[in-house]
Amino acid sequence: MTGELTRRDILKAHAAGIAAATAGIALPAAAQPVPGGVTALEIKWSKAPCRFCGTGCGVMVGVKEGQVVATHGDMQAEVNRGLNCIKGYFLSKIMYGADRLKTPLLRKRNGAYAKDGEFEPVSWDEAFDVMAEQAKRVLKEKGPTAVGMFGSGQWTIFEGYAATKLMRAGFRSNNLDPNARHCMASAAYAFMRTFGMDEPMGVYDDFEHADAFVLWGSNMAEMHPILWTRVADRRLGQPHVRVAVLSTFTHRSMDLADIPIIFTPGTDLAILNYIANHIIQTGRVNQDFVQRHTRFVRGVTEIGYGLRPEHPLEKAAPNAADPTKMEPIDFEAFKAFVSDYTLAKTAELTGVDPGFLEQLAELYADPDRKVMSLWTMGFNQHVRGVWANQMVYNIHLLTGKISEPGNSPFSLTGQPSACGTAREVGTFAHRLPADMTVTNPKHRERAEEIWRIPKGIIPDKPGYHAVLQDRMLKDGKLNFYWVQVNNNIQAAPNTSNETWQGYRNPDNFIVVSDAYPTITAMSADLILPAAMWVEKEGAYGNAERRTQVWRQLVQAPGEARSDLWQIAEFSKRFTTDEVWPADILESNPEYRGKTLFDVIFRNGEVDRFPLSEIDPAYDNHEAKDFGFYIQKGLFEEYATFGRGHGHDLAPFNMYHEVRGLRWPVVDGKETLWRYREGFDPFVKPGEGVNFYGQPDGKAVIIAVPYEPPAESPDEEYDIWLVTGRVLEHWHSGSMTLRVPELFRAFPGAVCFMNADDARKRGINQGAEVRIVSRRGEMRARIDTRGRNRMPPGVIFVPWFDASKLINKVTLDATDPISKQTDFKKCAVKIIPVAV
Amino acid sequence: MRGQDYTRRRLRRPEWMVVVAGLLLFVTTTAIAQVIPTVMPQLVGRSPAMETGPAAPLPKWITDDVRKERNYPDQPPVIPHSIEGYQLSVNTNRCLSCHRREFTQESGAPMISVTHYMTREGQMLADVSPRRYFCTACHVPQADAKPLVGNTFKDMSELGAKPAGSE
Repeated sequence: MTGELTRRDILKAHAAGIAAATAGIALPAAAQPVPGGVTALEIKWSKAPCRFCGTGCGVMVGVKEGQVVATHGDMQAEVNRGLNCIKGYFLSKIMYGADRLKTPLLRKRNGAYAKDGEFEPVSWDEAFDVMAEQAKRVLKEKGPTAVGMFGSGQWTIFEGYAATKLMRAGFRSNNLDPNARHCMASAAYAFMRTFGMDEPMGVYDDFEHADAFVLWGSNMAEMHPILWTRVADRRLGQPHVRVAVLSTFTHRSMDLADIPIIFTPGTDLAILNYIANHIIQTGRVNQDFVQRHTRFVRGVTEIGYGLRPEHPLEKAAPNAADPTKMEPIDFEAFKAFVSDYTLAKTAELTGVDPGFLEQLAELYADPDRKVMSLWTMGFNQHVRGVWANQMVYNIHLLTGKISEPGNSPFSLTGQPSACGTAREVGTFAHRLPADMTVTNPKHRERAEEIWRIPKGIIPDKPGYHAVLQDRMLKDGKLNFYWVQVNNNIQAAPNTSNETWQGYRNPDNFIVVSDAYPTITAMSADLILPAAMWVEKEGAYGNAERRTQVWRQLVQAPGEARSDLWQIAEFSKRFTTDEVWPADILESNPEYRGKTLFDVIFRNGEVDRFPLSEIDPAYDNHEAKDFGFYIQKGLFEEYATFGRGHGHDLAPFNMYHEVRGLRWPVVDGKETLWRYREGFDPFVKPGEGVNFYGQPDGKAVIIAVPYEPPAESPDEEYDIWLVTGRVLEHWHSGSMTLRVPELFRAFPGAVCFMNADDARKRGINQGAEVRIVSRRGEMRARIDTRGRNRMPPGVIFVPWFDASKLINKVTLDATDPISKQTDFKKCAVKIIPVAV
Repeated sequence: MRGQDYTRRRLRRPEWMVVVAGLLLFVTTTAIAQVIPTVMPQLVGRSPAMETGPAAPLPKWITDDVRKERNYPDQPPVIPHSIEGYQLSVNTNRCLSCHRREFTQESGAPMISVTHYMTREGQMLADVSPRRYFCTACHVPQADAKPLVGNTFKDMSELGAKPAGSE
């Protein structure tokens, strides 16, 4: 930029009092006060939900000349009332990284696709040709179980819904899973096992009603900063309010804690049973509630750790084959079961001061205190994550502190549409929309009816879940694989031995759709450039059941296209004759010769809304390209799954008018507290409380014990490794690292370590170390004075940095029920790098 | 004035196009040559992807006390000084000991924005709202580090906004 000064340079020159004459373009002072009139200053503001975590903050997005020029917290959004966190305030810049992908890239050698070739730009036509050829080859050779897709809780609702249709109704494969499996599968399974229905009964309004907040392994101050402002508002503004924070190390949320609890990794299970025991022993069980609205069960124990079946830990676990079994018991049996968890025993096992444990238990036991429990990855990324989730419900159910303002067990989410897309749409390997499953014949039939496809198309066996997909890729059983909106080479556990091996397995063809060249994209065979966030019309569902919709506000760069466009366009390359079995086509000849696009999108339902229904003030690339309002059609078809039985969504257009609505939305009214008479329209007068997800209307209280983690420190690998996030970077950092201000705020992953631990190993602040596990190693600098203060024997390493892959070190152990990875507990050793 | 503006924009546009074209060329050629990994391992991984490489030293923080221009009026200003060891807890907020309205004359620090005195409902309070208490949720210091990759975000002042009194 030589030769001419920009306007800003000129402004600066003015401000500094330097003569504007240097620019040679000084204008007469008689200019009108606002040159060009006030319209020249106007910015077109539109609403959108934030692109990052599951909080679902409302954002106002300012557009000028086709560019996003500013973003700020939406004053009208109830979630955040004008606030954003540092990431939200920089949303304006996430789409403008200079290395945006603008054209498909295919690995080629001598002009043709080659697994060991170099990436070359190709047209969309060539990209889809090669991709379809590979998919057809795999389908022909091995059938539908060899094709798979890995999506995300960042998919819009339309995209996730289109993907589930393409995979299950099109390719007849249930090998569809979201990265949300790594994030909140444990929470979802626990909801189903306890209440028979997914997602929280409460809402964020609970923050303003609770008298106590208990954080179970969650660091909201960094991971859910805007919800933390609501906790801080309540705690600092109301002297009687108390905050308890439980974690395996000291972090920013502890700054607000009245009861700070650091426990030995994995022993939170014992604390949960101790609290149940304390409630019973002190006579504070809400007898009436327990009798009318709950029943008791005992879960099978020794259920293994979700490792590969040949692992000694799996062979030694008697119930690894069916970890989900539960048998009915009564209150007395439950009472006897938890009576083992005395204060003394729990204090010893957990390493927590007994005084703090008692204070914590009293928050729950005191009938006059309304309690909100909050958790995310501490509970969910846990080899007993489903149990942990259920055990916190135990406490709320025993005391009846549930489904009313301020009494709220609340499972937070990490992705913007973990609830809206992954769970509600049902993009898990075993799920269909509205809490239905592929294993239930009635559910499959209902889905086939709504999708207008022949009976018998949807396969009845659950597909491969996230970790199993990686194992099957490596083992050569999953050969065509499409990854959208996630960065799994960086995110998956034990990646160098499992995930990455699978991507580079010569038998496999890997497609990655992304906006940026992530490490996952670079590990693929074909990269498809994706449109992101407000470059497309979208819909997300946040952690409090709030569905939020936004419009396309700007154009995607180059030839980048949304995931929805990619899925729909790809579906045109297949006919039913190529992918459906002959016997089904024989009895349903009207489907012969149709493309999957015809079957999935041109089915009379998805294509029934004309372009004229789109607000003329906004563009809609996908709709214009396909000739119908595809997002509305997908949404309305999808909504028919849930309407009438507690999953009700409002008419699509309404979401464009409001700042989101919390389902069930009945007669245009959202529902705040589910299962409670007076709040929830599905609870009849006189019932008081009805957990209607369960056939008997009763929620489940489960007796399960403390069981140790899959791997604990020993003499050689002598320190716990905990991984996670930092405030400034979201997940793998593919967006936030490209915003200079966010990058500079936390420019690389470090290893947080206890100062004494470091000293004992002869390591100084800032020294370089190797973090080594039985799986692999990475190198990082030691920080003993940073924002996380570690207890002896525990280190914390964030995973946002692709040059420091901590997931080469982590263990691919999962909760055996939810199949969600435990990223919080494995054993490592720290070796100084010799200078 | 419109005409003059047009001239200026026309003058600027070719350069802008050259930059974009250059970038495009860079991105495509690097993609072909697969040199992206060696350029920005923090974004795209190392080459080969699973290699273990050295870790750069911990960052030095910018502590020059020079206020940085914001990208847009709504952006929370970054912190141009060290905050190492600052206590930010229920009992103490070190940031407010300079940036609170009552202390700014003496400290010379900028006063926290008026929005920080508002409740969730938009009502003004006599002091900072408790919801705004934890400053570092939005305000962050900056390391003395070169960005990993350019950002083509454009300032609104370059997009036809003509501030009052500027011409």
